[in-house]
Amino acid sequence: MRALAWMKRNLFNGVWNTLLTLVTAYLLYAVGRAILVWAFTEARWQVIPANFRLFMVGPFPPEAIWRVWVALAIFLALVGFTAGVVVRRRYLGTAAAVAGVLYLLAFPVLLPSSRLGLLAAAFAGGLAWLLAGSIAPRLARRLLAPVWFLGTLAAIQVLSGVPSQRWGGLLLTVIATFFAVVLAFPLGLLLALGRTSKMPVISLLSTLYIELVRGVPLVTVLFLAWIMVPLFVPEDFRVPQLVRGIAGFVLFAAAYLAEYVRGGLQGVSRGQWEAAWALGLSGFQTVVFIILPQALRAVIPALIGQVIAIFKDTSLFVIIGIMDLLSMAQVVLSNPKFLGLEREVYLFVMFVYFLGAASLSFLSRRLEAAMGLGKR
Amino acid sequence: MKRLVLIVLSFLLLTAFGLAQKSRMDVVMERGKLICGVNGKAPGFGYVDEKTGKYMGFDVDFCRAVSAALFDDPDRVEYVPLTAKARFNAIQTGEVDVVFRNTTITTSRDGSVGVDFLPVNFYDGQGVMVKKELGVKSVYELEGATVCTNQGTTTEKNWTDFVRSQGWKGNKLLTFESFDKVFNAFMSGRCDAVTTDKSGLVGWKAKAPDPEALVILPETLSKEPLAGFTFQNDSRWRDALTWIVYATIQAEEFGITQKNLDEFLKSDKPAIRRFLGLEGTLGKGLGLPNDFVARVIRHVGNYGEIYDRHLGPNSPFFIPRKGSLNDLYTRGGLMYSPPFR
Amino acid sequence: MKTVPFYKNIKVLGVLTQVVVSLLVLFGLYFLGRTAYEGMVSRGIPFTFSFLWQEAGFSISEGKTIALEGGRIVLRPFEPSDAYWQAFFTGVYNTLRVSIAGIVLTTLLGVMVGVGRLSSNWLVNRLSFAYVELVRNTPLLVQLFFWYFGAILKLPPIRQASEWFGMIVSQRGVFVPWPVPGPGFDRYLPFFLGGLLAFLLGAFWSRGRRGLWLLGLLLLAAGWLYAGDPFVLSVPEKRGFRVVGGAQLSPEFSAVLLALVVYTASYIAEIVRGAIQSLPKGQWEAAFSLGLNYGQTLRYVILPQALRIIVPPLGNQYLNLTKNSSLAIAVGYPDLFNVYGTIANQSGRSLEGILIVMGVYLSLSLTISALVNAYNRRVALRGARR
Repeated sequence: MRALAWMKRNLFNGVWNTLLTLVTAYLLYAVGRAILVWAFTEARWQVIPANFRLFMVGPFPPEAIWRVWVALAIFLALVGFTAGVVVRRRYLGTAAAVAGVLYLLAFPVLLPSSRLGLLAAAFAGGLAWLLAGSIAPRLARRLLAPVWFLGTLAAIQVLSGVPSQRWGGLLLTVIATFFAVVLAFPLGLLLALGRTSKMPVISLLSTLYIELVRGVPLVTVLFLAWIMVPLFVPEDFRVPQLVRGIAGFVLFAAAYLAEYVRGGLQGVSRGQWEAAWALGLSGFQTVVFIILPQALRAVIPALIGQVIAIFKDTSLFVIIGIMDLLSMAQVVLSNPKFLGLEREVYLFVMFVYFLGAASLSFLSRRLEAAMGLGKR
Repeated sequence: MKRLVLIVLSFLLLTAFGLAQKSRMDVVMERGKLICGVNGKAPGFGYVDEKTGKYMGFDVDFCRAVSAALFDDPDRVEYVPLTAKARFNAIQTGEVDVVFRNTTITTSRDGSVGVDFLPVNFYDGQGVMVKKELGVKSVYELEGATVCTNQGTTTEKNWTDFVRSQGWKGNKLLTFESFDKVFNAFMSGRCDAVTTDKSGLVGWKAKAPDPEALVILPETLSKEPLAGFTFQNDSRWRDALTWIVYATIQAEEFGITQKNLDEFLKSDKPAIRRFLGLEGTLGKGLGLPNDFVARVIRHVGNYGEIYDRHLGPNSPFFIPRKGSLNDLYTRGGLMYSPPFR
Repeated sequence: MKTVPFYKNIKVLGVLTQVVVSLLVLFGLYFLGRTAYEGMVSRGIPFTFSFLWQEAGFSISEGKTIALEGGRIVLRPFEPSDAYWQAFFTGVYNTLRVSIAGIVLTTLLGVMVGVGRLSSNWLVNRLSFAYVELVRNTPLLVQLFFWYFGAILKLPPIRQASEWFGMIVSQRGVFVPWPVPGPGFDRYLPFFLGGLLAFLLGAFWSRGRRGLWLLGLLLLAAGWLYAGDPFVLSVPEKRGFRVVGGAQLSPEFSAVLLALVVYTASYIAEIVRGAIQSLPKGQWEAAFSLGLNYGQTLRYVILPQALRIIVPPLGNQYLNLTKNSSLAIAVGYPDLFNVYGTIANQSGRSLEGILIVMGVYLSLSLTISALVNAYNRRVALRGARR
């Protein structure tokens, strides 16, 4: 009865709405049916498990795969530690449930060693979370930055046992995203401060840079970096492809980040500056301790949006020949055994990107709600 | 602030000095490994072996030969896969030391593109492949057809010229940045035909799920002498590479192979002794180790051995050599090395 | 009173910082430029734009270029004997073609989905939500590959292609009947241009709009009768390898267009939704109480107001769409960036080429934002700031 009432209210109130519902439902049925029939009868999904390793790590040497597990364990430990410090407990249940479901989904595809490796990495994450919960919150907060710094260094050190030319797949996509974000952020901050600065020359230069970069497509910036970087370094010094790719990303993403941060900076009232100066803080102290925390807090959702954008845009690496997740899809498709399976492969790649992007945007929404943004 | 200025200044100065003229030869020797541009996706010529994950192929063996000559070890090579589009750039910017990537020698590439070519290591010609079901027997039946090839190649221009010379209307040429995309588009029916070097067509045909369904048309549209290339204005480095390539050909002419090298090392013929670096200073004169030829043969073999390993009758990508342009000049081919003396 | 020493004077410090920074930047640029130049010289590659006038020698699968023919500047398909600069022009032409079509279509789709997101109809609402989430959270490039290799190239080949109403849908593209200039075209041209001008003027001059538009219509109709068959309908027809007649949307064009439209629409939908939601509920209630129905309220009350909020971010999306069209290289559509790839490779001038390409995109971006700003000033409330 309640269901009927709900339907009447939400689907069939009025002639127009009823018509709309029927047409949409029919279309949904027709398209959905076609897709389901294809997915369960025609599609040859075996291509995914058969190439799972390629999708995940690319040409990474199998005998050195333990390095990936160690790096993943370090990364999850960092995430776990951070979660223990900043995120409230109740979201962890959701996160654990999602991770569990994914693990079960991937279980049949994974090698026994990978099943173990994943569990071990997850275990490290859980352990770090418990650890973060057990030490004093203030100390934990202080530790956050150095722990990330050291952890990242350690993870890269472990991975570097294998030259970066042999990193690939999702692994490379994640690494590239991480470093592009981490390096673009300070540059973006500087540019935003520069653009809002009262010094005309600095403001002009920052504005010029931001507008120039925002006016051209990412591919051209990537390509320019790809062409130019080797010209600037001594001949006997080689910059790995990956580093050049990330350099292009940093130059590009910084301009966009700068605009979001600027939005935040403009939201901080003039009084904050004056109050800080009145307290005798220096310009540097004012910016770091008073202005930026407020400005950044207001634009966190936009910043995470930018992180998602970078994550998605790393797929452009395929154009300059770096072996990211999408390039691996192409490698698989150029194998004659899997000729013509574009739909299966690209849908799978979309699914992987979707998981990453959607969980980030979920995080962003939670943060927004937790901080009461937009409600004041 | 002062310190920052200093750091920036010294960095800039460093970069400026880093560019001081220096032969690539010294750079490679100091580095202790060769950085070699290859195809990475060309069956038979340069590809990643599925099982071992290592680079393999005819062109790759020339990188190994250079490494063997320089370091007495064929595996001190870092391979950089290059697309057709990226290959000249990789040399122009100095990213790689040398490129062996089925590249045709042309005037404009030697001239305005700014690279220098090594001796030809494979004589090829442009061919066209269609599906058998199309029922086409000759390229002259392709009026109005859509043809696919990869971007930035001589084939792109040759086909354009061919269509123009035939006075055909309505032909379309579709280009993609990599040949695997070209092949996918062809297999899914986007194009009626693909065109590229015949050697490439043989390789891709062999790789196809049903090679019998594909036909390589008999005509050869152009001459495609394929060669490695390196920097312009670095003759020391180029000379060394040139003679390493010649060494493989001369070795075949002498009949020196990986197997019988040790016997030849005992030879008392002056030409052989000079060739293998047992007497004279041929290698040293090039700035190479004196026994560079012996190293190349020991680790990689002579030209014929390289050919048979990758393109011979026992390989999946068989391209007949006997009597073709790629045979030794003594057998009616074009493979000819200037004398080592 | 103690004077502040000059090195602590905030004004002096400010000036000093600026001088130092600008010197550093200039110095840095100079050094970068010089190192690049020297690097190129030492590798024997001069920096020059003279290649632009050399013969290109390759062909481009679609698009037009300008050329001087018989003393007249004409727009015609690119030919291999044309120069590199004409190849660049073809690239720009193709970029513009796909961007303009994309902007129009994505606006329509985006507004539809955005309104659908707020629909009281549960099904439509959820469907729009799913669309937005799915599309926004996956990369455009993957979608583009999917559309091209996974959807369009899986259509039937020409010989088995289905035909409806003279339209042919195949993996070689979509062919539609299209009007082409007929025997009376030359006589019709002045009427056509006059009519167009009248419409254009009417669009900008709101008071005389009705009269002008009527005049335009009259010109178009009278001219048609006077000239006799200015246009004839060309119907596509299968012939051998290909289809003759009609207008062709190549598979590459269709894939790029589809991908850009679907992707950008999801962003526009969010902008539209945000704008509509930001309007006070009272607007809806007032309109309903005046007796307007849902559609009328949307059309006459809500959308015009939302428009003011929408325009600036919408302009940004138009920019993004134009810039994203550079991904066309992935499926072989000869847009500017793709043509640049060929040119760079055939001529060896990658650096010069990429500078030209960036310059073109930059001016496109500036043009679009100038247009959007101009439009924005028109729709903005009088007296409102910006």
